Amino acid sequence: MTDPRLYQIAILSVLLAYGMVRLDFDVSLLRVGLLLGTVLGAQAIGDSIVARYSRLSRTSVNYRSALISGLSLCLLLRTNRPEFAVFAAVLTIGSKFLVRLRGKHVFNPTNGGLIAMLLLTNQVWVSPGQWGAAPALGVLFACVGTVVVNRASRSDVTFAFLVFFSALMFGRSIYLGEPMAIPVHRLESGVLLLFAFFMISDPKTTPDSRAGRVLFAALVAFGAWYVQFRMFRTNGLLWSLAACSLTVPCIDWLLPGASYAWPFRAAADRATVAPRRAATARAALNRSLVQRSAI
Amino acid sequence: MRRLVCGAAGVAVCLAWFSPALAGFCGFYVARADTKLFNKASQVVLVRDGDRTVMTMVSDFKGDLKEFAVVIPVPTFLRREQIHVGDKSLVDHLDAYSAPRLVEYFDGDPCRVAMMERAMMAAAGPPAAKADVNIRARSLGVTVEAQYTVGEYDILILSAQESAGLEAWLRENGYKIPAGASAVLASYLKQNMRFFVARVNVSEQIKLGFSSLRPLQVAYESPKFMLPIRLGMVNANGPQELFVYALTRKGRIETTNYRSVRLPSGMELPAFVKEPREFARFYQAMFNRQVQNDDGRTLFLEYAWDMKWCDPCAADPLSNDELRQLGVFWSGGAGAAAIAGPPDVFLTRLHVRYDNAHFPEDLVFQETADRTNFQGRYVVRHAWTGDASCQAAVAYRSSASERRDEEAQRLASLTGWPMTDIRRKMGLAQDLPNGAWWDRIWKK
Repeated sequence: MTDPRLYQIAILSVLLAYGMVRLDFDVSLLRVGLLLGTVLGAQAIGDSIVARYSRLSRTSVNYRSALISGLSLCLLLRTNRPEFAVFAAVLTIGSKFLVRLRGKHVFNPTNGGLIAMLLLTNQVWVSPGQWGAAPALGVLFACVGTVVVNRASRSDVTFAFLVFFSALMFGRSIYLGEPMAIPVHRLESGVLLLFAFFMISDPKTTPDSRAGRVLFAALVAFGAWYVQFRMFRTNGLLWSLAACSLTVPCIDWLLPGASYAWPFRAAADRATVAPRRAATARAALNRSLVQRSAI
Repeated sequence: MRRLVCGAAGVAVCLAWFSPALAGFCGFYVARADTKLFNKASQVVLVRDGDRTVMTMVSDFKGDLKEFAVVIPVPTFLRREQIHVGDKSLVDHLDAYSAPRLVEYFDGDPCRVAMMERAMMAAAGPPAAKADVNIRARSLGVTVEAQYTVGEYDILILSAQESAGLEAWLRENGYKIPAGASAVLASYLKQNMRFFVARVNVSEQIKLGFSSLRPLQVAYESPKFMLPIRLGMVNANGPQELFVYALTRKGRIETTNYRSVRLPSGMELPAFVKEPREFARFYQAMFNRQVQNDDGRTLFLEYAWDMKWCDPCAADPLSNDELRQLGVFWSGGAGAAAIAGPPDVFLTRLHVRYDNAHFPEDLVFQETADRTNFQGRYVVRHAWTGDASCQAAVAYRSSASERRDEEAQRLASLTGWPMTDIRRKMGLAQDLPNGAWWDRIWKK
């Protein structure tokens, strides 16, 4: 199995099944079907429009990435109204096509979709407490997450983020004189680990250089701390990632890196329209697959 | 020395009852649970919309009222007008309205497709002179920001530069501060929280004519939607029970730093559970088992319902006036409601058993848009016992017998009670009627 997205799809599916069966997630099978169907449909429509405007001979639909976004929505998005679930799924995929800068989409699709829904409606929410804080679950997340980020070659941003965020949590508790059980409990949060291993590691929306990614991780960690402990709002991680994603073009400009965030579509299309260069395109495709493996 | 009751004061929770007259609407009242279903329990009503919070704390303090004191960290300074002494009966009503309930059905004559339904609910040292206080407080780095007498309570709003001074001041003023409280006080102080300190002014209480403590209510505006439980755990002797009733505008509340799940609900149980004491025992045992199953780290949703109605009703929904008194500030009160209709109020009832090991940090809440109704509801279904000799009756009796076995197993699984006890109380043979199911396959 060479495509890390397949690992990711498998792991997110297992987490979703575990959450639905063991942790009573407020998401039904029908809702899962609706979300996955909508993201796949939206991706197919988006890709076909892009193919038409690019005058490509064949549409190559990026189902795997869409499935990852859809599964992530199933894990995070909560709403009682199916039409809002559909709207969120369309926004999630739509943001990938519409909010782009220098060949990269600005927001992690799931993060962008969730934040847009939280801003536009008052009918959706994210349940950070739904995972509980069972240490075993944390270990499970860390293990499977490590597999994913390692295969996606973007483990630096995940581990940098965890180091910065842990430092802020422990630092705050040391300053306040709180028992260490409090920061440990906060770091055991399932949603934190899901975020660190599956969302912030998105190679399409993180800076190109390693230094840039470490800076980005620090900004996201500080932003999340600020939202949670200064503004006293929930979902600090999501709000912070969305806000910090806007700084990525600046970070890329300040700390340029080898842009190995190869456009998947261009590589795939080259393979389609120029068979003579198929070998080159396949190599590019393989590299780009490695980079598109985060939710 | 006053006994310090930190956080939400320790109370025994009453599962209050509905009147028989009311039961006529939803069924017939048959039994009720013990009033002291859970020991060491507190009740807090949180009314929240936007950043505005009204918190009502109920204390069922048993003992000499001179010894009662409560110290609560609050996120903002409180003016006199932000503090109120409420009416305990309002919280009792809220409790009764949202209490877990038992519903009873009767199977009809299997030979006649008529069925009668019947529902039953059960529920489940004198203060120093003001000037002296302030001088001594200043020397300890404690600022008495305000001092009020509200109803039968003497209330202080304290801030401090450091916890040692605050602890010393509290001790000097007769508050029995448990060892270890200083560190907790310090962490709240560093978060710029004030301390709301209340004790009973006995002479005021005699003057007012109240014999029991009335709930304290505070209204404040802060983005913090949380309940400080850490202070209350310092001197806790074992786990404590807490019931949180949240009255919100949009929908159900949940904790963001702990898991909150729905209690098992809607299942059929053996008929003996309808006996008043048995239902209380069942509910306690089931709750204990749920807590154990979730490793003691979870809050349980017992009720989530639009306050305008109920089905079946364990008590009438609260009136607009009652809601207003509990702090539902977006309600216009009785007069306005006659014109505008009842306010949009969604009730969430959360029940948690907490201790330091499993709940290290304060409870932090969020309001969701979820308006799905949920209630802790348990069903007793009585089998038809009359004469019936048709063919359908034979099949019915067989299915009813299997149903009783399933009910016994379900009850054992929910409560952890021994199967032998359950079957004995149900009047069933200790073994399954025909042995195991496989015994019946080849039985001649």
